[in-house]
Formats: sequence, structure tokens, C-alpha cells
Amino acid sequence: MNLGPHADFIIASYAVTLFVVAVLIAWVVLDYSTQRRTLGDLEARGITRRGRRKDQA
Amino acid sequence: MPAIDLANPTLFLRLVNRVLPWLIALTVVLFAIGLFRAVNAPDDYQQGATVKIMYLHVPAAWLGMMGWGLMSVAALGTLVWRHPLSDVAGKAAAPLGAAFTFICLVTGSLWGRPTWGTYWVWDARLTSMLVLLLLYLGVMALYWTAEDPGRGSRAAAILALVGAVNLPIIKFSVDWWNTLHQPASIMRMGGSAIDPSILWPLLIMAGAFTLLFFTLHLAAMRNEILRRRVRTMQLMQAQEAHA
Repeated sequence: MNLGPHADFIIASYAVTLFVVAVLIAWVVLDYSTQRRTLGDLEARGITRRGRRKDQA
Repeated sequence: MPAIDLANPTLFLRLVNRVLPWLIALTVVLFAIGLFRAVNAPDDYQQGATVKIMYLHVPAAWLGMMGWGLMSVAALGTLVWRHPLSDVAGKAAAPLGAAFTFICLVTGSLWGRPTWGTYWVWDARLTSMLVLLLLYLGVMALYWTAEDPGRGSRAAAILALVGAVNLPIIKFSVDWWNTLHQPASIMRMGGSAIDPSILWPLLIMAGAFTLLFFTLHLAAMRNEILRRRVRTMQLMQAQEAHA
């Protein structure tokens, strides 16, 4: 594939797009694992959204 | 299941968990086809190979605007019906819309240099797109820095509705003012002005990027619902500690 005299501009465009999309995907995936872990820790301590479970009080 | 039930966060989470793997697979397949077609598409008779930047720039511009449209509809849900899922949808869309607007501006700049001879010019289309990015950053600041999340959400929703005025300005800027940017060539009266050999890869790439947007949006909404649950539980824990 010949990208011609402006190959740098084309490659830079695809590289920037790939980088931004990769950052978005990493943000969503890491955020999900952080929230799941924190939620799991709180539930393990008996905390619910309506207060502490009776058996843990 | 009636559609209204999906407005329940728990049912929504269940639906997202079921739909997300399919959306991811579909996005990957469409990107594979779109990139293959884009790489093998012929060069433009005037612009040469730089037309390949269009396969990124145009979908990113559409999604930058669609993201704000989505936030505006969600803002109505937040302000009129005060539905928490509307607020979640608006908050999750903001960074995605900002990212695609940023991609649009950067790829546009990189396309402009070989085509127009300049990276940037303060004409109506480019400036209104930059304003969109600044509006996105404003909404994100309101969502993420407000001490009271409820007040931050309402302020962000008002900004989303006010900022929607910018969408027709972006769309029609090339018709209303003299700009360096070319006029509409895909969605216009009388059909597309682009040759099918270039148009089809563009439409497939646009479909792939749109699927990517919705996949990330659903995943970000799921994260936001979990974050709110964590916050509620931490508040319960703090209240019990003080009791």
C-alpha cells in the first residue's frame, strides 16, 4: 500500500485515534474492576444499601 | 419485558451484562471489515491517499455531535422526570463524546495541513467544533467536581440543553458562512456526492465507530450505577459509624 507523500499525516491520524480509543477502553475496563472490587469489599463487611445486615451487626 | 422496566437500574444492569459481549463481538467484526475496505479503497483523484483520514474524521465528527444529542435527551429525563438512569446516561456519554470530538479535531487538523496548507483556521465549522469540545469539558467538570452530585447533575443537564444550540450551528456552519471546510457531501439533498468505492468503507467505519460508542456507553453506564451503589453503601457505613 502506497500512502503517497503525506503518509506521515495519515499514520499520525490513525495512531492518535487508536491511542484515544485504547485510553477509553482501558478507562471503562479499569473503572469496572475498581467498582466491582470496592462493592465486593463493602458487601463482605456486611454493608448493604439499606444498612448493615442483621447477622453482621 | 416491557421497555419501561429497563429504566430500573437492576434490570438495566442485567440487560447490559447480557448484551455487552454481543456488542463487543459485532464491533470487532465491523471494524475488521471497515478497516479492510478503508485500506483497499482507491485514492481520491484530488487528495490522493489523505482521503483515508476521512474514515476516522467523519465518524468521529458524527459521534461527537451524537454524544451531545444523547446528553441533551438525557438532560430532559434528568430535569423533567428526575430519573436517575437519565442522569447516569448523560454522565457516561460526556467523556465519550469529548474523546470523539477530540479525535475529529486532531484528524481534521492532520488532514487540513496537506489539503488546505494549514493545521488550523478560525472558520465557523472548526471553531464551532472546538466550542463543542470545550462544552464537553465544562459538563464533565460539573459532573465530577460538584460537592453535591444532585446539584452537579442538574447544572450539567442545563448546560447540555443550552449547548444543544451549537449542534445546528456545527451542521449548517458550512452553508451559513464562508468556510475553508467543504460543504456537506454525504447527507445532502440529491444524494451523496462521494463515489461508492469510497462511500461504502466510510459508512462501514461509521457503523463500527457508532457500535463502539454504544458499547462503551453501556459499559460506562454500568460502571456509574455501580459507583452510585458504592457511594450509597459508604454513606450507610459512615452513618452507622456515627450512630
